[in-house]
Amino acid sequence: MSQIAFPTPEPGIIERRDSILAGLAALLPMGSLITQEDERRAFETDALTAYRRLPLAVALPTSTEEVSRVLKYCRDAGIYVVPRGAGTSLSGGAIPQEDAIVVGLSKMSRIIEINLTDRYARVQAGVTNLAISEAVVADGFFYAPDPSSQLACTIGGNIGMNSGGAHCLRYGVTTNNILGVTLVTLDGEIIELGGAHLDSGGLDLLGLMVGSEGQLGIVTEATVRLLRAAEGARPVLFGFDSAEDAGQCVAAIIGAGLIPVAMEYMDRLAIEICEGFAHAGYPLDVEAMLIIEVEGSEAEMEAQLAKINAIATAHGVKVIRESMSAMESALIWKGRKSAFGATGRIADYICMDGTVPTSRLPEALRRTGEIVASYGLRVANVFHAGDGNMHPLVLYNVNDEAEQAKAEAAGNELLKLCVDLGGCLTGEHGVGIEKRDLMPHQFNPQDLAQQMRVRAVFDPDWRLNPAKVFPLAGRVLA
Amino acid sequence: MTQRMVETLNPASEAEAAQLVLEARAKGRKLDIVGGGTRAGLGRPSHADTAISTAKMAGIAFYEPAEMVICAEAGTPVREIEALIAQRGQMLPFEPMDHRGLYGTPGEPTIGGLVAGNISGPRRISAGAARDALIGLRLVNGRGEIIKNGGRVMKNVTGLDLVKLNCGAQGTLGLVTQATFKLLPKPECAASIVIRRLDDKRAIEALSIALGSPFSVSGAAHISAGMGREFPRTFLRIEGFRASVDYRIASLLALLEPFGAKHALEDEYSERIWRAIGDATFLTTPEELAIWRVSLAPSKAADFVARVGAHAQAHFYDWGGGLVWLSSEATPDAAATIRAALAPLGGHATLVRAPQELRETIDVFEPLSAPLMQITKGVKTSFDPDGVFNAGRMYAGV
Repeated sequence: MSQIAFPTPEPGIIERRDSILAGLAALLPMGSLITQEDERRAFETDALTAYRRLPLAVALPTSTEEVSRVLKYCRDAGIYVVPRGAGTSLSGGAIPQEDAIVVGLSKMSRIIEINLTDRYARVQAGVTNLAISEAVVADGFFYAPDPSSQLACTIGGNIGMNSGGAHCLRYGVTTNNILGVTLVTLDGEIIELGGAHLDSGGLDLLGLMVGSEGQLGIVTEATVRLLRAAEGARPVLFGFDSAEDAGQCVAAIIGAGLIPVAMEYMDRLAIEICEGFAHAGYPLDVEAMLIIEVEGSEAEMEAQLAKINAIATAHGVKVIRESMSAMESALIWKGRKSAFGATGRIADYICMDGTVPTSRLPEALRRTGEIVASYGLRVANVFHAGDGNMHPLVLYNVNDEAEQAKAEAAGNELLKLCVDLGGCLTGEHGVGIEKRDLMPHQFNPQDLAQQMRVRAVFDPDWRLNPAKVFPLAGRVLA
Repeated sequence: MTQRMVETLNPASEAEAAQLVLEARAKGRKLDIVGGGTRAGLGRPSHADTAISTAKMAGIAFYEPAEMVICAEAGTPVREIEALIAQRGQMLPFEPMDHRGLYGTPGEPTIGGLVAGNISGPRRISAGAARDALIGLRLVNGRGEIIKNGGRVMKNVTGLDLVKLNCGAQGTLGLVTQATFKLLPKPECAASIVIRRLDDKRAIEALSIALGSPFSVSGAAHISAGMGREFPRTFLRIEGFRASVDYRIASLLALLEPFGAKHALEDEYSERIWRAIGDATFLTTPEELAIWRVSLAPSKAADFVARVGAHAQAHFYDWGGGLVWLSSEATPDAAATIRAALAPLGGHATLVRAPQELRETIDVFEPLSAPLMQITKGVKTSFDPDGVFNAGRMYAGV
């Protein structure tokens, strides 16, 4: 696939490769600089696998100070830098380029401090999302944002992309759950933003940092909020004969003042795919399914479910299936969270991530079907219904170049549809390279220029993750 | 206080505001942004001779109860928004503070002012701050350009988050003209537990245990003796559906029994006490005292107050201890003591109320390290290269 352009590698950098590698090697411990081509291959793409570029080298620093030295070196040497967590980005946020050093945080994967009294954890950026919750689960706590890739993805990557997950309807996304970060700027300056306290004393630079896609600096440590888990949680499956009914049921639940911790939507194809993989007991004879999770004490869950069941019944629900055990609950979530992986077993796909106002969901679903069908392709819909964050998976064959091009074109149309319905291009995956060229559809030139001027405060020469987020043409320096 | 002659510009639309900013920039004029004027005492004193008011840019742009989203022009009174959404059983999640008591100001707090100050209240610990509920805005930058960022959907990571950057920027980056917030259902009822006669350390211990419990506490404060009663009181709030509130209150009472928790307050009194805590009513008088608002890790709060020592005239804690409200003499000496007490503990202190002379001479907002100041100035320049807006309100030169 070659629809998305990359900048032409700078010969002046490539020619200096040997001296650059020597310079970096002097700054890093043994085993922290990857130079061999076969080893560099492991870093040439992320979860947007249709695109790949071999980086000049990969640095895997083991401390904030090493990150600082590497960045300062790269700035002085005029080389590009692509930060990387676990490489699970669906938008190509971690895809390198030939004249760039990948700075991977995988060796910085230590949990530094857990403080349950003040309800925070201090971790290195390479810690996986799930590892944080696992470290405190025995004490009844958790870290709230739960992207589907949470087993692999790192907190540093989550901060870069402001990751969400199924439970952010109640608990918010990454930016609502980060208290502080240690940021290394391109100058090598080590800066603390926030800390173990709430809100900012000056400008909210922490809020700016979250979701900045590795363009303002590299986060090496983070202080994250820990929450006490509810006494119990229970997912329930609701099957509907039409997408319309399911969509209206979601709106009615919110309208009734109920905020379940999660409300996930799957259409028929997504149900089939996920059930085939996880055997979670999803109903196979319905057009749409909602996974709604409630939490609290036994009596509280009963009371909430009674209200939700009544609303679902009024909206023509066909099947209601409550989880009866922790194992069943785990299976229900396994099915949902493996939606992308399971889809990957039956076809190649591109996963869209646009958000629409929840009142426009039925329309968005209908037009999604029409758009994809007009390209002769299939789509599986699985998404966060409570917040309108859609994830249509457009299926195609990666070995058929024409079909790839169609899938990308359909995907672009879907994203424009989200913007046109009052939503946005990306709810939680980030812009990366994938949506970069669609940015002018959501923002006018002044909006984009203002963002780029802010970016330039941190990186006036566009050295950090340069091919991402903003269209390659018309960039604003300082 | 010196009285200045101030001319006020009153744009009736965003486009007109942009035009006025362009003209001001061309003439090298400085503009103070004015909403309801209820928080004019917050920040470093202004020396601008022109104000730009949002008074005529008011009104609800749209309200979608089923989506729990509201969008309003900057000059819209907060009270108007709260009344409108209450009709549909909804609320601003972050329980914004009303500063009129502290400053003795008339007027109506506006949604634009709320954005500029990132104004939150007791529910901030469970529902997030204003910055967390703010999902989109429009502003006029110092170049006279109209900029939009964020949107009207709750999940949105498209481009840099200039929404949060502007929330709490005290109007130094631009004139916010429109703001979009996500809302929450108003709880069916609320009740609070009150524990009497705990000292600060023990009270914060109780608050931490409650906040670390599975019972979703939405308010956790400790007020000193002399604040309504002759003994200190510790409050914990539970909100939600009736049966659930009853259950959780009973569970919390059992959990905090070792602290002497016995009593629960019902709706009306509960609401009154949280209003007083949120608005820092206890510190309103004496009026000549300076008032500080300090955010830090809850377990360090009592230690902080102890380190301030005799300079602390009165104090109380919100956010489970993570927010200390403190009054002191309005002197540079007291200010230096407070900042020195906080420095080793981490956090930030804002001088919320003080006479102009003191706000001229010491930092009102938390002092910044050199690299942070450099970034802050760079961000300011990126929005407002000639320093048209609220010059020096946060920091000298910003």
